[in-house]
Amino acid sequence: MWSAFIAVVRRDLGLALGSGGGAGLGVVFFLSVVTVVPFAVGPDLVLLARIGPAILWIGALLASLIGLERLFAGDVEDGSLDALSLSALPLELTAAAKGLAHWIATGLPLVVAAPALALMLNLDGRAMGAVMLTLLVGTPAVTFLGLIGAAFAGAFRRGGLLIAVLVIPLAIPVLIFAVSATTAAVTGPVPFGTPFRVLLGLALFALVLGPVAAAAALRGARG
Amino acid sequence: MTVADKVALIGEKLSCRRGFKLLFQGLDLEAAGGRALVVVGPNGAGKSSLLRILAGLLSATAGQVRLAGGATECALAEQIHYLGHADAVKGALSVAANLGFWRAVLGPTGLGVEEALEEVGLGGLGRLPASVLSAGQMRRLAIARLLVSRRTVWVLDEPTTALDVAAQARFAAFGRAHLAAGGILIAATHAPLDLGETDELRLGPGGAYGVEGTLAPPGADAGYWAGEEL
Repeated sequence: MWSAFIAVVRRDLGLALGSGGGAGLGVVFFLSVVTVVPFAVGPDLVLLARIGPAILWIGALLASLIGLERLFAGDVEDGSLDALSLSALPLELTAAAKGLAHWIATGLPLVVAAPALALMLNLDGRAMGAVMLTLLVGTPAVTFLGLIGAAFAGAFRRGGLLIAVLVIPLAIPVLIFAVSATTAAVTGPVPFGTPFRVLLGLALFALVLGPVAAAAALRGARG
Repeated sequence: MTVADKVALIGEKLSCRRGFKLLFQGLDLEAAGGRALVVVGPNGAGKSSLLRILAGLLSATAGQVRLAGGATECALAEQIHYLGHADAVKGALSVAANLGFWRAVLGPTGLGVEEALEEVGLGGLGRLPASVLSAGQMRRLAIARLLVSRRTVWVLDEPTTALDVAAQARFAAFGRAHLAAGGILIAATHAPLDLGETDELRLGPGGAYGVEGTLAPPGADAGYWAGEEL
């Protein structure tokens, strides 16, 4: 069963990183959001440093949604999902494998790119580290919650904005605790660990809920 | 193949409603190992829906599907190959990567990737991206999926679409070998498949008819069973 799980992860990674996979698109979008903000709010370095973590997180959240609408749609259209349903791998784990591959291809690059973008927002080392850590924990949560929207988009052949409408409300708690953890690390008075532990909990919750709900949506659409 | 003598895929009182249209009702069928069951009927008669129900990809409005005999330790889904209209081929991956993926996911119990490609007449094309294959070659690649993982039940929806005459003959040979090994083969088709002795199930507006069959006789409440031998 685990060889099938690894096979799904490897295939989806290959598809995402290969030509036309669009894995780099998220980072480019992230970059453009973060670049535009200083132009909009002006060259106030103190203000930028204060709202910087929030901007990085909004950029990362929106960038995480890119590509989700095709995550299951491709497999539904070309019949791969039918064949995948007949493997020893339960549909929940298939969804989890696809989510993991999608996060490695699109979420992890956001975490890696964050420090470079943090420089543009005048974040100091401490804030930079906190943003990276929250992104490392929070982006998998967003991706796995996004599996739910991706499954709906794939199952009902509706893409585009449906994903954002479905997923962003679910991701709001992640955003709240990620940004408050970063703020706590920089200014206090709450210790970093308090909101960060809630974020960890939310991430674990999403890792379980996302694949189960996505599989239920895919099964429901087929019935 | 380790198939018990008495392996059979049995559908009991199957009904299927798509939208407002009742496709079939109270349909009993039995596809026994070693003997192909061919589902025929005009377009829209419910052939594909029936096959998807048998493969467990669609839930029947009523009735159930079970496998008698066979490997009881595996779930039913893990003993079924379903070949639908779509080929489940990713154009961005190479031919061998596509087949290798299905071999890993469905269980590497059959031929190796190279051997299977050789069998379906795609030998030497393994490194090409699958997007350059023709429709018939894509179909051959999909058929190779049946060979890389050994499974008792083959559910095939229009398996020979886009295949040339030679490839159709070769496909029929795979089917006969599968049947000779005691496997179950259920196919929906418009074109005749050279599978040796077959049972025929005819779906149509007038109902479902079994021909020459291991098909169960019509039950008392089998609404759409016409029950006449063709």
